[in-house]
Amino acid sequence: MDNVAASPLLPEVREAMLPYLGEIFGNPQSLHDWGDGAREAVEGAREQVAALIGGAPEEVTFTSSGTEANNMAIKGIARARADRGKHIVVSAIEHFSVLNSTRTLQKEGFEVSLAPVDSNGTVDPAEVAGLVRPDTVLVSVMHASGEVGTVQPIAEIAARLPKDGPLFHTDAVASAGNIAVNVKELGLHALSLAGNQFNGPRGSAALWVRRGVRILPLLDGGIQEGGRRPGTEDVPAIAGLGKAAEIARRDLDGRMKKLSGLRDMLIDGVLSKVEHSSLTGHPVNRLPGYASFCLRFIEGEAILMLLNSHGIAAASGSACTSRALKASHVLLAMGINHELAQGSMLFTLGPDNNEEDVNYVLEKLPQVVDRLRQMSPLYSKYLKEQKG
Amino acid sequence: MPVYSEKVMQHFMSPHNVGEIADADGVGEVGNPVCGDMMTFYIKVKDNRIEDVKYKTFGCGAAIAVSSMVSDLVKGKTLEEALTVTPAMVAKELEGLPKNKMHCSNLGAQALHKAIRNYAINNKIDIPGLTDKEEPEEDEHACET
Repeated sequence: MDNVAASPLLPEVREAMLPYLGEIFGNPQSLHDWGDGAREAVEGAREQVAALIGGAPEEVTFTSSGTEANNMAIKGIARARADRGKHIVVSAIEHFSVLNSTRTLQKEGFEVSLAPVDSNGTVDPAEVAGLVRPDTVLVSVMHASGEVGTVQPIAEIAARLPKDGPLFHTDAVASAGNIAVNVKELGLHALSLAGNQFNGPRGSAALWVRRGVRILPLLDGGIQEGGRRPGTEDVPAIAGLGKAAEIARRDLDGRMKKLSGLRDMLIDGVLSKVEHSSLTGHPVNRLPGYASFCLRFIEGEAILMLLNSHGIAAASGSACTSRALKASHVLLAMGINHELAQGSMLFTLGPDNNEEDVNYVLEKLPQVVDRLRQMSPLYSKYLKEQKG
Repeated sequence: MPVYSEKVMQHFMSPHNVGEIADADGVGEVGNPVCGDMMTFYIKVKDNRIEDVKYKTFGCGAAIAVSSMVSDLVKGKTLEEALTVTPAMVAKELEGLPKNKMHCSNLGAQALHKAIRNYAINNKIDIPGLTDKEEPEEDEHACET
């Protein structure tokens, strides 16, 4: 139940990739039959990805990861517009690939304003608009949080941005392929997505940039991807991304319905079976497969290790689980304190999960929590305070 | 999962001496909610020996394993012997800890030393190097290594 970290490759996607790991090994740039097959795969995938988000194929650039797509969008668009102004607005809960890109831009003289979020992790469109200045060249707010699942009011933000003002990018890595995403309806100039968030291969991602928007490449090189992203194309990954996008679009409604049902069953079950548990993220506007919680008095890594011993994979935003030993900046931005963030849990459901899995978690999680609370000094202090 | 040694996993999965001692002779609490590990050690002392030791721990797998190992290392030992337990010794007995979890072993030794100091002060016993010094300040940034 950790599909956000790695979602299993769909068999159909794998099948779609195999020819390009085998007989069709050509370079899409080559002018012979071997190149033609590879080129058709890349251009076919471009159409499939464009169809998933309601864009035009020539507006799609393939990248190696969501991180690269975000870097390219933030740095590439801001740098191309530096002559108009050097101010950027992003939300406080962006992925590090966005936040750290803005830090790099700060060293180049850009100023960055962070839009806060409320306790549900939602950005207020009016606050974003309020941060926009005459020299703001780019606004970037993620479509949905990969940590708490909250879906942002992107179209409302777009509607409030001044016309002929900043361009608007969204990091849709967590949302694309999981909920309906339409670049026109959302009012966007750029959007990042990644295949591994909807059962495509890792190393497959894309940046959509609306026609007419200037963007500088991160890499200097040849003419691949129209010069925006030079480097020989990763044809198998691109073919896999295209297939995954096609399937995601085809199965979206059914998948959303199934995952939302399992998610709500998990949320209701945890909140009723585990004392001192709370939901993180928005109660309604959240990604279908995302169930995230804070469990008081205990720490995430220990929970994950015990769940793992029962064969359950989940994730946590606790300081101890991060290599940097820092609690999740997303949870802290939502006003969750360090102690509570330590007990944060994230279950992300995928197409392989079923009711039996949810019931199994609902059986094991309360035991794990109870066991850790029995040895928690915070819990015994709490119990004593209740008595006293 | 973090790369923990077999020994750490054993102590984490079945920690020894977990609990509280209601009439403890010494109690030592260390904690840092920012990096998230907190430990409370309880000791019962008889004839200068740690007759019983228990603890409660809020923290990661390493913090729990460290607490368990510290309790094993000092149970039945004299106070002087118990005070020779160092973080390095705890880490070694656990067959090593990941680099970013070494601070957990500091916490374990610290909490135990604090419990011994608490006992000594309560019973007006001088332990050179412990009771004649101010309580060491907790390193708030111990986790940010």
